[in-house]
Amino acid sequence: MTAPRRRSRRARRVREALLGYALVAPALVVFGVFVFYPFAKNIWLGLYRTPPFPGLPKRYAAFDQYERVLTSPEFRNSLRTTVVFVVATVPTGIILGLLMAMLAHQRLRGITIYRTIFSSTVATSIAVASVIFFTLLNPQVGLLTYWLGRQGEPSLLDDPRWALWAVSGVTIWQNLGLSFILMSAGLQGVPDDLLEAAEVDGAGAWSRLRNVVMPLLSPTIFFATIVGSILAFQAFGQIDLLTQGGPLKKTNVLVYAMYDAVFRQNNEGKAAVLSVALFAITLVLTLIQLRLLERRVTYER
Amino acid sequence: MGTQQATDGRPPGSEEHPAGAQVEVRGVTKRFGDATAVSNLDLDVAEHEFLVLLGPSGCGKSTALRLIAGLDEPDAGTIAIGGHDVTDVEARDRDVAMVFQSYALYPHMTVRRNIEFPLRNRKVPKAERDRLVGEAADALDLADLLGRKPSQLSGGQRQRVALARAIVRRPALFLMDEPLSNLDAKLRVQTRAELIQLQRRLRTTVVYVTHDQVEAMTMGHRIAIMSAGVLQQVGPPAEVYARPANVFVAGFIGNPPMNLLDGTVEVGGTTLAVAVGDARVELPPALASLAVSTDARDVVLGVRPEDLTVDPSAPLRATVAVVESLGHERHLVCERPGGELVTSRVTGDDDLPAVGEELGLAIRAEGVHLFDRATGRRIGP
Repeated sequence: MTAPRRRSRRARRVREALLGYALVAPALVVFGVFVFYPFAKNIWLGLYRTPPFPGLPKRYAAFDQYERVLTSPEFRNSLRTTVVFVVATVPTGIILGLLMAMLAHQRLRGITIYRTIFSSTVATSIAVASVIFFTLLNPQVGLLTYWLGRQGEPSLLDDPRWALWAVSGVTIWQNLGLSFILMSAGLQGVPDDLLEAAEVDGAGAWSRLRNVVMPLLSPTIFFATIVGSILAFQAFGQIDLLTQGGPLKKTNVLVYAMYDAVFRQNNEGKAAVLSVALFAITLVLTLIQLRLLERRVTYER
Repeated sequence: MGTQQATDGRPPGSEEHPAGAQVEVRGVTKRFGDATAVSNLDLDVAEHEFLVLLGPSGCGKSTALRLIAGLDEPDAGTIAIGGHDVTDVEARDRDVAMVFQSYALYPHMTVRRNIEFPLRNRKVPKAERDRLVGEAADALDLADLLGRKPSQLSGGQRQRVALARAIVRRPALFLMDEPLSNLDAKLRVQTRAELIQLQRRLRTTVVYVTHDQVEAMTMGHRIAIMSAGVLQQVGPPAEVYARPANVFVAGFIGNPPMNLLDGTVEVGGTTLAVAVGDARVELPPALASLAVSTDARDVVLGVRPEDLTVDPSAPLRATVAVVESLGHERHLVCERPGGELVTSRVTGDDDLPAVGEELGLAIRAEGVHLFDRATGRRIGP
């Protein structure tokens, strides 16, 4: 009596397990081909020094190349540039997005028009944004050049003091739509009755913002900060289109340095090391996010 | 400003509130787009009174409360609290406290911080704050929970925190929007009693919104019944029950609800009767003279289930459809020849008729309510 039942239970378990693997398999194949294999290959590439001329054999260098690239002034400059770029773009973008979201959160007639305008930059690509600003900053005909009173001077993008800030500005503008949408969603997640309770409890607009809205918005802000930072560390399109890493390597952010290493210097090994470094940075950011999300920032209602 | 008096002018340690404010609502109308949520509302709440705003969902009772709180602005009319016109005063300057249906506790703050929040906003010094929070926490049995977050509390505990946050500042007026509706049945009955005690002790004026007539009947000094944005009747629970002002109130108050039967007034010799279908119900003399004085001939006859008794010889015939037994009483739901359902409440251990049995229903003379069918208004005292 018990034996057949046990056998059928085991058969069912095997069937369910097979079904599970079958369902996971397509995703595994895709990830394997496009993520896991390139990732492993990339680490392996970093262990070999690329020959100066194509056709010569690669030389195994163990971690020597990692050490050399990661301690080079070029890498340090690139990392510093990238960090400055991240710090310049991410908080500003979030603050501006939050301000716009608060403005658009009012119940006013026609406010949806503003919401549409505010979020419109998500519909543009970074390439489009770059072309727009490239024109605006043109030393001869650019409107921004005119407003800034820089006619006859080189474009901001060619000025070593300003190039990074100009690229940051373009990036902030392009990210504003996404930031606005995220912050709007966050604001809508703050229950109205909490704000009304605070109002009855005697809280003015500032107190409501500080004591109710911001704490409840902090998970959204935190999420936007981490995701924004990860994306900013990966910035490439605007650099390639606007400055090509220059002038004087002042905008040579990590991903552009990688691109430069592969396509200008034909140095795959160096590029592989740089990409591992970027991976490490992204990993740390992600771990921070996971850790903090678990702990403090979310509020169960 | 009134808020200052409320927090500072109070003798230390006093349980008596010096200024349970009266509320005067005059001609207040509130529209949302095309819909009129509150229409020309006139309402007076006396000092220290517990007034219940009662009505079905969507009747405008919550909007009326929000107008008093200052969370919504009226399109017309004025609101005065404690003798001051506050129509244009912001919610935070009205010296009111509100308990929300959802409790609206700040999820990121501890219980202590939640209760303390109204005091912090009014810049009450720390020592005073600690004392007041302590008092409020003691009053609601929250002393052990002050360090917890709302997410770590049960529904009943959250409800008490919301109450503590409301009473901590000793406002002149409490507004409560269905504060018990998220509690389970047993806890609701218990909290109801605690709320009544709390109000009687603090002597604060309370305006309490509910759709639950049991809460309204048991808690309120007076009940204000609203329907479709219009105030229907205001009065003490017993009076609203005994003398409903119109068909709506008659059908809304009481469980099971009052039987409402369409009828026609017939003059027959010296007496007056209402013909309900093929049955004639004689009116008591007092009501008869009044019915004559109004022109209405089409009326609605109202009878509470307890005023409808089984009497084999009575002219009002019906067939028993359902027998509901609640233990201490039984409800006979009977079907009239026309298909109308009438309910009779039977107490005691009398033999119950069986389902399907035809019987006669007699109406107690004092239990007859008469309404004008055209206007819905009550005829008579």
